[in-house]
Amino acid sequence: MTEADSRYEPERRRPLGGDTIYRWLTAGFGLLVLAILGLMLFEMAQGSLPSLAKSGWSFISGKDWDAVQGNFGALPFIFGSVVSAVLAILVATPLSVATALFITEIAPKKVGGVIASLVELLAAIPSVIYGLWGVLVMAPWLQQSVQPWLIDHLGFLPFFSGAPFGASRMAGVLIQAIMIIPIITAICREVLLAVPQSQREAAVALGATKWEMIRIAVLPYGRSGVLGAVILGLGRAIGETMAVTMVIGNSPLISMSLLSPAYTMPSVIANEFAEATNALHSAALMEIGLILLFVTLAVNVLARVMIWSVTRGAKGGVA
Amino acid sequence: MLNKIVTLTAAALLGLASIAGAETLINGAGATFPYPLYSKWFSEYAKIDPSVKFNYQSIGSGGGIKQVTAQTVDFGASDKFLSDDELKAAPGKLLHIPTVMGAVVVTYNLPGVAKGLKLNSEDVANIFLGKITKWNDKRIADDNPGVNLPDKAIIVVHRSDGSGTTSIFTDYLSGVNGDWAKSVGKGASVKWPVGLGGKGNEGVAGQIKTTKFTIGYVELAYAFENKLPYATLKNKSGSWVEPSIQTTSAAAAAAVKHMPADYRISLVNQPGKDAYPITGFTWLLVYQGQKDKVKGKKLVEFLNWSLHKGQKMAAPMLYAPLPESVLKMVEKTIKTIN
Repeated sequence: MTEADSRYEPERRRPLGGDTIYRWLTAGFGLLVLAILGLMLFEMAQGSLPSLAKSGWSFISGKDWDAVQGNFGALPFIFGSVVSAVLAILVATPLSVATALFITEIAPKKVGGVIASLVELLAAIPSVIYGLWGVLVMAPWLQQSVQPWLIDHLGFLPFFSGAPFGASRMAGVLIQAIMIIPIITAICREVLLAVPQSQREAAVALGATKWEMIRIAVLPYGRSGVLGAVILGLGRAIGETMAVTMVIGNSPLISMSLLSPAYTMPSVIANEFAEATNALHSAALMEIGLILLFVTLAVNVLARVMIWSVTRGAKGGVA
Repeated sequence: MLNKIVTLTAAALLGLASIAGAETLINGAGATFPYPLYSKWFSEYAKIDPSVKFNYQSIGSGGGIKQVTAQTVDFGASDKFLSDDELKAAPGKLLHIPTVMGAVVVTYNLPGVAKGLKLNSEDVANIFLGKITKWNDKRIADDNPGVNLPDKAIIVVHRSDGSGTTSIFTDYLSGVNGDWAKSVGKGASVKWPVGLGGKGNEGVAGQIKTTKFTIGYVELAYAFENKLPYATLKNKSGSWVEPSIQTTSAAAAAAVKHMPADYRISLVNQPGKDAYPITGFTWLLVYQGQKDKVKGKKLVEFLNWSLHKGQKMAAPMLYAPLPESVLKMVEKTIKTIN
């Protein structure tokens, strides 16, 4: 009896045994992450105090960003970040999900493997390389071929009005989309690989074609995972700095047109922080950082709520 | 075995520490524009005086001013001079030591006009204000007889990142145009009335190279190295001046008569037949009273070297050296550091 008990609960724990150290160590690291986040929040809030005191709420609603006069309104940057990231997700999601489906369901194993590793290679390319390619190759191509065509044929829509500059919201969105495709594809692939073979077999046994099998058996099962991948992509798109800065045109405008230059929150910080000598200016940039943090947080919460409402009640798989 | 490794490592660390002890390390931070020249200076100077080592971080003028004010570095570097308020915020008397000069050129992409477009200052300001919108505007055409200017919209490209280049350029525009001074002003980042923002010289140049009918501004050195076309500008004395090392130095020579003792002067729009109008000093920021006397002495030795041997390295790297008259003034200023 006593022997059996002591097997489960060692009666005397050594005061500095491995378990205790391990417990404190992991707890310490866990809390450290929280502490770092808290410290960042505190530092940024403290750094942005002068700007908070001067501009108040008009910082978020104001459209005028003028470092010389000391007027700071961040709306064009908030608008630019959110709209570009959402558009990038709209472009990247269908492409990535389709690529992942092709790799897991349609392509022969060997071909799929090659494509999968190529896609992962894309994720390893540094941001600034995408940016250079964007400035030197993509933007001129957009300016000379794509945008004139859009203006001629679809120019009556507010989304395609204006002049072809090359560097534009469109270029920024495309760069963001290209940069998040690898991450979404890689995660979707893992998710789809995890769909049990029995699901597929059941669908095929009921007489489903390949497309029907994917639609009724594979995709519903992987839905929450795919959405998770999209959220990770969205987070990356909002935070993407260098490549976007290089192609988006950097003008704080609020325009419906995809051809108009725009500006994002990370871009303005990257552009102006190094040379912000005036205290109010650096405080305003600090406040943009703070807003960026909250926007990212809000987007994540929103996305979690969305996942939750989509997946609720659809645990089994077949929709 | 393990003991041996530990002993060896400790010995190696001690060895490193003793080497480092014999060497004076001087830390600096600031402007990116003169960084290529400064790093050449530091490596050349290390051959002359191996006992001193410079560590320079090119983090931008704003960062340089902040760090030197907070005394986290031994000297700062900036493309803009400090305001009276900023000087008061420093814990000691901060000296501006001009090292070399830079210039900003107006570059463009205009098919058929490979080089030598002539622009007077009023026109440059109006283009960047969005008041001259077509290349064949009469005001531009008047200065360019015989040049075939197209009936196309002008696309303005400016720097999106805060930069000394923008400071000098907007300083110039504020000097030549009252509207600009009132509605935009001067600074490292301003609210541009029109145009696209490119990141860095390379961003602006890339945009201009790939887009027809554009106009923008880049550093002289960048324009020369990349063989960009540049405009000839009309200066304050009414003569047409091409940007070059000589015309940049000429601007400082023209300013000697009214050079303030602390060198806090903008060099744009200097009078003089050969003075290029968009130029500026870049400065080192050094405390007059040095806390660490050994470091202070080494720093003064270096500054003296940079005024003589160092200046000769400037022109080949496309920086304009200080004219003789300014060098003499700076020599005296350096003597006051102790």
